[in-house]
Amino acid sequence: MKSLISLTVNGRARDDAVAGNLLLVDYLREIAGLTGTKIGCDGGECGACTVLIDGRPRHACLTLAATCHGRAVETIEGLEQGGRLSAIQRGFHEKLGAQCGFCTPGMVMAAEGLLRADPRPDEAAIRAGMAANICRCTGYIKIIEAVQAAAAELSHG
Amino acid sequence: MDELAPVHSIGVPTPLVDGPEKVSGRALFAADFVAVDALVGRIKRSAVAHARIVSIDTAKAARLPGVMSVVTGADCPHTFGVLPIAMNEYPLARERVRYRGEPVAAVAAIDVQTAQRALDLIEVRYEELPAYFEPAPARASGAVQLHAERPGNIERDVHFEIGDVPAGFAAAALVREATYHCAEVCQVQSEPHAAVAEYDAIRDRMTVRPSTQVPYYVHLMLSRILGMEKSRIRVVKPHIGGGFGCRTETLNIELIAALLARKARGTVRIVASREETFITHRGRPDQSVKLKIGMANDGRITAVECETVQRGGAYSGYGIVTILYAGSLLFAIYDLQNVKYDGYRVLTNTPPNGAFRGHGTVNVRFAFESLVDAMARELALDPVAVRRANLIKTMGLTANDLLVNSYGLAECIDKVETASGWKTRRGKLGPNRGLGFACSHYVSGASRPKHWTGEPHATINLKVDFDGSITVLTGAAEIGQGSSTVLTQCVAEVLGIDMGRLRLVASDSAITPKDNGSYSSRVTYMVGNAAIAAARNLKSVLTAAAARKLGVKPEDVECLGEVYRAGAQDKGLTFDEVVMAALEGTGTITVKGTFETLPESHGGKKYRGAAIGGTMAFSYAALAVEVFVDPDTAEVKVEKVWVAHDCGKALNPLAVEGQVQGSVWMGMGQALSEGTQYHEGLPVTANMLDYRVPTIVESPPMEVHIVEAADPHGPFGAKEAGEGSLSGFIPALANAIYDAIGVRVTELPVTPDKLLPLMEKAAKDRAKAVRS
Repeated sequence: MKSLISLTVNGRARDDAVAGNLLLVDYLREIAGLTGTKIGCDGGECGACTVLIDGRPRHACLTLAATCHGRAVETIEGLEQGGRLSAIQRGFHEKLGAQCGFCTPGMVMAAEGLLRADPRPDEAAIRAGMAANICRCTGYIKIIEAVQAAAAELSHG
Repeated sequence: MDELAPVHSIGVPTPLVDGPEKVSGRALFAADFVAVDALVGRIKRSAVAHARIVSIDTAKAARLPGVMSVVTGADCPHTFGVLPIAMNEYPLARERVRYRGEPVAAVAAIDVQTAQRALDLIEVRYEELPAYFEPAPARASGAVQLHAERPGNIERDVHFEIGDVPAGFAAAALVREATYHCAEVCQVQSEPHAAVAEYDAIRDRMTVRPSTQVPYYVHLMLSRILGMEKSRIRVVKPHIGGGFGCRTETLNIELIAALLARKARGTVRIVASREETFITHRGRPDQSVKLKIGMANDGRITAVECETVQRGGAYSGYGIVTILYAGSLLFAIYDLQNVKYDGYRVLTNTPPNGAFRGHGTVNVRFAFESLVDAMARELALDPVAVRRANLIKTMGLTANDLLVNSYGLAECIDKVETASGWKTRRGKLGPNRGLGFACSHYVSGASRPKHWTGEPHATINLKVDFDGSITVLTGAAEIGQGSSTVLTQCVAEVLGIDMGRLRLVASDSAITPKDNGSYSSRVTYMVGNAAIAAARNLKSVLTAAAARKLGVKPEDVECLGEVYRAGAQDKGLTFDEVVMAALEGTGTITVKGTFETLPESHGGKKYRGAAIGGTMAFSYAALAVEVFVDPDTAEVKVEKVWVAHDCGKALNPLAVEGQVQGSVWMGMGQALSEGTQYHEGLPVTANMLDYRVPTIVESPPMEVHIVEAADPHGPFGAKEAGEGSLSGFIPALANAIYDAIGVRVTELPVTPDKLLPLMEKAAKDRAKAVRS
């Protein structure tokens, strides 16, 4: 049984017929073709699928697509503006917050949600805000530095 | 024009050349190849740990509408494996299953639901056999053999005695023995395994995109398993979400995808779940280490005896190499002359183990550095001074014939001792707080490849064309470690040009030269050297062309990167002009650079398998760890880590830091929280909640010091940076716990349920001592 959902994905309106059990992450990857959002675990353990729903970080693997009717979904593909990486994306690139890059979209979206809610987080707030995202490459040190660099740039910009 | 100078890339902190793709979501990993017509591949796995397969009935599954192919062991009679001497695994089990979760059948269907229904319709009948989940019952007399060619279920036993061990112990002032146990750990790289296989039925060709560290080995195994000519196969490595060793051998995922695709005459994508990724495994084995050390009054180690047993899982994989490394890399860090080693790799009915970061060395290093710490204290010596007392004094061959040509361990020790305040702060941190110290090392590439073909170890091609761009063609597998960046830096440095002029294409068998892959920390050293050689060859082609154009001798041409000129008064030629001059009469230029290892780096012959451990250079590391142990909950908090890593020359200091931080942190996971568990062979920790990888919350601050003891043959002096400091963390932590609370831990991971009873026993012993 499918239902029709209307939502925005990265600011663009979409209408799609989706099965009731379709996960948002599968909707984004397989139907919308936005494969930047990753699946790193079997449900809610790693944070690689983090997207923003109405501006708040959410696990796309624990969200049914049908529940996103009328909502604004943002993914990693929506952050670049006018051919320029966002401050957080630049932070992750320049500070080597990304090594293999697989957890990175989820990390960046978690950081995006964090900085929107708290533009000047201290280190403890960054750790708390990113606690749902697992990275296996960096030991998190350069991820913290990446978020700090982005926060500094945004607060001065 | 005064500003003209070659651009430097080496030694400059450099973000990854493929970083923009990664932070923007454009990087395509294997699972991201979403094709409209691709079929979904799913694997049916064994429900039992050890059994004879009586029958597999796939008729109902094959009849289900939407199922395009079904394969079982009957579809593939060929074995695979990473070691030519130990290929005993089938992509899909034939006749026997040997661990729970082993693939027995697979389907390709039009969607996930159909594929899942088809799996449920496959009926497998088993006749169960005795199953062994630990080494002791597997080795017991009368145990059923997992493999006909492995009597006693021993994959390999290794025995050597080098020097005069009894005399060494006789000369010791103190001899101590202890047994250590390390739980099995898993890589848990961020990306679950995936593969896309595209079969072109019209041309009988196969293209596979696997999540692998070793595209070339996958190519070889696809050819063997499919019975297809290598020339009909193309392996394209997509972006890889980490590996840490579990992808240094061909996995059944990519082989099954190809078998399904050929039978379905189409494209099949298999995306493994996290649980399946855990079951595919290839992690570090559960291992016990019985270690005996003799020490003189001044801290010098006079003799070592090590007996170790690894639970290897159901198939050979890298097992022989792992048990050999565990022995050979007792050497090449300290000056050891008298060493006896007995290693046993045992086959059990658990998922196969493999090569995990720090391959073979980690668990033995934990034991070694722990026991050295305990003995130093017993002799009232500073544990740091004891390491110094055992430093290697002369470069050359170790007692087991490993080549040590550069050795920055002394400087690493100095740096960490100073930075951590070892002398001033230790013992003054307050109750339940402590500092621990340890050292470690690792190879910079195995000097003898597993598939010895007589080819050079590494080959790089550079293509230069009319547009003035340079394309670096390499088979080196970028897996997140930064190989594409460092190779670009090497070429740019030699030519003195900005990296922006270079593009790099990695790991597409149709385009790039063959490379053995990303394992044993070989890429920077071996492929880096090949990149330098290729760039030098290109530079001489360009210099000769410039000389012709300028009407001077090549030796009179000054190369300033973007300008080639004949003396300071000459306006010179731009890079584009030089390229056009070089193309005259010959067209598009392709030059090559290669690298070969020195024969003296190939390891020894003193025992069977002594070549394992042979390398061109060793990296070294020293670590200090500060901990707080909660006296009520026995939780261990790592307050800070100081690490110094000797990588010869930091070609990309940003990436070296990242590698060192990541490997130390990975050691912390093994030390404190990680370990697989099974119930009668059933994995019960095959998810990221029960298998506890550290989160950002408990990850400590870390001070990284880069030590550059240049290696005479390394690329710009460089050697390994991504593995050597992992193993040092674990004993440094254990030693810090002892320093904090006086309890010696010998079992990993050090979880509160293990530590609390030790703390309670220590408290009772102290109370008893006070009463008496």
